[in-house]
Amino acid sequence: MRVPDLVGSAVANTFRAKTRTALTVVAIFVGGFTLTLTSGMGTGINAYIDDTVAGIGASDVMTVTKASESAALAFGGDSGPAEYDPDAIDNGQIGLGTVIALTPDDIDTLANIDGVLDVQATKSISADYIVAGDDTPYVVRVGARVEGQTLQLAAGDAPDDASDAFELVLPVSYVEPLGFVDDADAVGQTVMIAVTDAERTQHLVEATIVGVAEESIASATGASVVLNDALTDGLYATQNIGLPVDVSERHAQASIWFDPDATDEQIAALKDRLADAGYTGTTVADQLGAFTTVIDGIVLVLNAFAVIALLAASFGIVNTLLMSVQERTREIGLMKAMGMGSGKVFGLFSLEATFIGLLGSGIGVILGILTGTAISSVLSDGLLAGLPGLTVIAFDPVSIAVIVLVVMGVAFLAGTLPAARAAKADPVESLRYE
Amino acid sequence: MDTPILSVRNVHKTYGTGQSRFEALKGVSFDIPEGQSVAIVGKSGSGKSTLMHMLALLDAPSSGSIELEGTDTRKLRGSRLNRTRNKTFGFVFQQFFLTPRASVLDNVILPLKIAGVGRAERKRRGMAALEQLELGDKARNRAVDLSGGQKQRAVIARALVNNPRIIFADEPTGNLDSATGAIVEDILFGLNREKGITLFVVTHDHDLAARCDRRVFIRDGLLVEDSAAVAA
Repeated sequence: MRVPDLVGSAVANTFRAKTRTALTVVAIFVGGFTLTLTSGMGTGINAYIDDTVAGIGASDVMTVTKASESAALAFGGDSGPAEYDPDAIDNGQIGLGTVIALTPDDIDTLANIDGVLDVQATKSISADYIVAGDDTPYVVRVGARVEGQTLQLAAGDAPDDASDAFELVLPVSYVEPLGFVDDADAVGQTVMIAVTDAERTQHLVEATIVGVAEESIASATGASVVLNDALTDGLYATQNIGLPVDVSERHAQASIWFDPDATDEQIAALKDRLADAGYTGTTVADQLGAFTTVIDGIVLVLNAFAVIALLAASFGIVNTLLMSVQERTREIGLMKAMGMGSGKVFGLFSLEATFIGLLGSGIGVILGILTGTAISSVLSDGLLAGLPGLTVIAFDPVSIAVIVLVVMGVAFLAGTLPAARAAKADPVESLRYE
Repeated sequence: MDTPILSVRNVHKTYGTGQSRFEALKGVSFDIPEGQSVAIVGKSGSGKSTLMHMLALLDAPSSGSIELEGTDTRKLRGSRLNRTRNKTFGFVFQQFFLTPRASVLDNVILPLKIAGVGRAERKRRGMAALEQLELGDKARNRAVDLSGGQKQRAVIARALVNNPRIIFADEPTGNLDSATGAIVEDILFGLNREKGITLFVVTHDHDLAARCDRRVFIRDGLLVEDSAAVAA
C-alpha cells in the first residue's frame, strides 16, 4: 500500500466511528486548547517584557552599589543588628533599606576596574511638585535616563543630553492634569519643577517639554518625568545648595558601562571583580531575570495542567483504538490475507491515532487562539488598560506548531499499543466464523 | 505434464501442545493442475478450512510441504509472501467481509490499494470488475445497502479485480437462498471456464461440489476420497 493511500485510509477510518472519534477528539482538544492558552500567555507577557527591556535600561550598563550588611536586614536577615556606618544613606528604593554611599573616591576606583569603560554617578533628585503656568501643582517623581534606554514615546522626542537647555519628557498621565489638550499639545510647552534645598528653601526650575512617554510596568522610570543631563545637573545643583561638597557628592548608586559585546562569562567576571572591590553590580538582565522567572514558573504550572489533560486524553485514544481494532478484526484479517504486511497494518492504526491527535490539537489551537485573542482584547480595554502595549495572550507560530506536533506525538505513542495489537492479529484467527 | 499450480505433500497440522494437542490434518497429499475447479467437501471440524488456509498461505503446515508452481512456499517470507498472496489469490468468504460503510467500489479495489496500484488505474479496474458482475450502477452505494446476492457478487468482484490465478471460495453460497446461490455459482464456474482461473471451493453442499471438475473428501484430517484418483 502506498503512503498516500495509507494516510487516506487512516483518515477515512477515523470518520467511520464518528461519535467515538468525536469524543476522543474533544478530550485531546481540551489539552491542546489549554496548552495554547498557557503558552500564549507566556509568549504575550514575555514579549511585553522584551519590548520594554530597552525601556528599563541599556544592555551594556550595570548599576553598581556598595555592598552593605544592612541591606540584608531589610529582608529580615539573621545576621543580627548591623553596625552603624556613617556613610550609609537611603538608596531611595523602598524595601532595600540603606546602602553605603559612593564617594568620588569610589567612582575613581570603579573607573579603574578592568572592563569598566565609563562610570557615572546616579544623581537622585527628589522633586516636590510639577506645575504648568498657574495651575494646580502635582507631586512628581524624577527619573534620570541612562544612555541607551529608550522611552516609549506617545508624542515628541526623547530629551537631548547634548543640549544645554532644560528638557524633560512628561508621562502620559500628567498631560491632562497639567492642563494640556492632548499629548501633541504638551510638546513644546513649559513647566516648572520645584525642589527644596538643604536650607529648606524651595526653588522653581523651568523646563521645556520635548516629549510625552507611555508608562509601562517594566520601566525603571515608571510614571516619572525623564530629564536631560542639563536639567538633571541643574536640579541636582539646586537641591544641594547649602550642603558641604563631601555630602553633595555622595551617591546611592552609579552606572558603569561595559563592552556591549561582552559574553555572559565576561559579565560574570566583571561582577566578580566588582565584588572583590566591595561593590555589587546588577545588569538589566539580572533585574529582568526575576520577572521572567516568575512568569515562566506560572506558565510551567499551567502547562503541567494541560499536560495532565493530554495524558488523560491519550488513554482515551488507546481505548478508542483498542475498541476499533476489536471491531475491525475481520477487516484486519482480510487485509492481511490479501497481502497487507504487518508493518502497514501498524502504520494504518498509528496514523489513525496521529490523525485524531491532529484533529484535536488543530481544533484546540484554533479555538485557543480565538479565545486568547478575545480575552486579551477585553483585558487590555478593561482591567489592564493601564498597561499600554501589553497583549496578555500572544501567539507565535513556532510554539503553536510545537504544540500541534507534541500532541500528535503523544497521540502516536498512545496509538502504538492498539496498532501493535492489530499488526499481530493472525488472519486465520480473525477470519474464522464460528 | 505441466507443473501443478498447487502441490500438497503429506501435510500435517497440529494445534496446541500436551493435553490440548489437536491434529487437524494428519497427512494430506494431492496436486491441483492450473484451471481445475476443485471442491473440498467435509463436515465442520473435518479440517477442510485448515487445509484451505494452508493452501492460501495464511498458515504454515506443521510438517509436509506445499508447492506453488513448483516453489516451496516455506521459502516465501515477509513481503514476498504478502506480494504472492496479493497477486495470486482471490478470496470469497461465506460472510462477505465487506466494510459496511465504505462504498462498493472502495471495497472492491482493496486488493489493488494494498498492491499499491495508482488511483486512476484502481478505479478503472474496479469498475471493470463491477461491470463484469453487473454491479456497475451500485459502485457508489455503501456496501451495507446491498442485498445478499449483490454483496456476494461484490465479494467476487473484489476477488477478481487483481486478476488472480486461484480463487478460494469458502462456502460461497452458504448465506444465500438457492436461486441467488445458483447465480453466484454460475459466475464462479464461468470465471473458471472463461479465464482459466483455478477455483478452489470449500463446501459441505454436495450439489455445489457436484458441479466441480473434481471433489476431494476430507474426514477427521484425512483425505478419504478423491474423484480425480477414481477417474485415473
